[in-house]
Amino acid sequence: MEKWNESDLLREVINLARKVRERMGRKIKLMEVCGTHTMVISKSGIRALFADSIELLSGPGCPVCVTDQRDIDRVIFFARKKGLTISTFGDMIKVPGSFSSLEKERAKGANVEVFYSPLDSLKYAEKHPEREVVFIGVGFETTAPIVSHSILLAKEWGIKNFSVLSLHKTLPPAMRVLLDDPELSLDGLILPGHVCTITGRKAFDFVARDFNLPSCISGFEPEDVIEAIGMVLLQILKGAPEVQIGYRRLVKEEGNVKAQKMIEEVFEPCSVSWRGFGEIPESGLSIREEYADYDASRKFELPAIEMVERKNGCICGEIIKGKKKPPECKLFEKVCNPSEPYGPCMVSQEGACSAYYHFGV
Amino acid sequence: MCLGIPAFVLEVREDEKSALVDSNGAIFTVQIGILDEKVKEGDCVIIHAGFAIGKIEREEAEERRRLIEEIMAYGKME
Repeated sequence: MEKWNESDLLREVINLARKVRERMGRKIKLMEVCGTHTMVISKSGIRALFADSIELLSGPGCPVCVTDQRDIDRVIFFARKKGLTISTFGDMIKVPGSFSSLEKERAKGANVEVFYSPLDSLKYAEKHPEREVVFIGVGFETTAPIVSHSILLAKEWGIKNFSVLSLHKTLPPAMRVLLDDPELSLDGLILPGHVCTITGRKAFDFVARDFNLPSCISGFEPEDVIEAIGMVLLQILKGAPEVQIGYRRLVKEEGNVKAQKMIEEVFEPCSVSWRGFGEIPESGLSIREEYADYDASRKFELPAIEMVERKNGCICGEIIKGKKKPPECKLFEKVCNPSEPYGPCMVSQEGACSAYYHFGV
Repeated sequence: MCLGIPAFVLEVREDEKSALVDSNGAIFTVQIGILDEKVKEGDCVIIHAGFAIGKIEREEAEERRRLIEEIMAYGKME
């Protein structure tokens, strides 16, 4: 098999990028929305390969990174409750809230369990009927149906000590806010392949329709990303923006309809706060009344949590919006690193700061 | 977080809610309840957090070739 970094595709797309740059008289500004793409692009060296013609910015597609600081504080409040087990994806453990992190709480004796799947959390609850198990639901449209399914299974299996604190978010509303920002002025988008596996292409139609912006839904192999860049560049040249599917082997026009229905069954849209953005209407997923027994925010009383501003100079909020790059942060590498992160973009493996830290670009 | 790994279906369980899969030699059980199409032995699926989220269709290498040709055609136009 041909190696991707010696392929005709790469060579041609690099040439095309140079041509488009020449024609535009400036660097082309593209954004990869998804955190998993951020990782692939940094790790493979794609960001560096195109550096002379394309500025590849990282967007708000890392769920841990966009989780509001107050939500982290709420999670920590739960962790301090007696008889309660916090179960979560591993990325959440080190994220600093206003005054602590799950990792610090665990060191002080809180019961915090890391799981690969919410289903493992459900099975843990089944084995420990004496404990209340709260799963921290973070993630976009890719993860939401999985958490829905786990709630449906909890009901089916009659497990009563399992609930979810839903911090789930949906990407299109945040993308709209981002694209409305005149400061950003992007030339194109690399759209998230696994979110679109669930939502279908149609959920992102607005990118071309309302913002006249070229875009392509990409897979996660380096050659997928290069192909997507090529497709976006051709759209720029032709002056004909559309939402193209580059990840044809998985993404369909309508998406995974069964998974969409499962999200709708358990969740309803709600207004939610994003780090860096603030409140975005209809961009969160809260658990419907019918499933209140599995909603940790209804099951347990939560105090109102005030925003405590952390004045440590962290610019994660700007990085999430593609306005700044990690090396522009004065904390980056000097004091902020993966073992002692100041902000979520350094914590999550998919955060832009973590990617730049590990791979230099 | 939206990380997905490809795996081949080895066996669909009787209740059709889960399947045994092989991802690069790692063999484990995944849930198939959110898939909107049936899978059978030999199919390739993408796994996210213990659940199959979609079935991989055979990649049309042809389409990638066509894109390369289109890009090259643009190069010649200059």
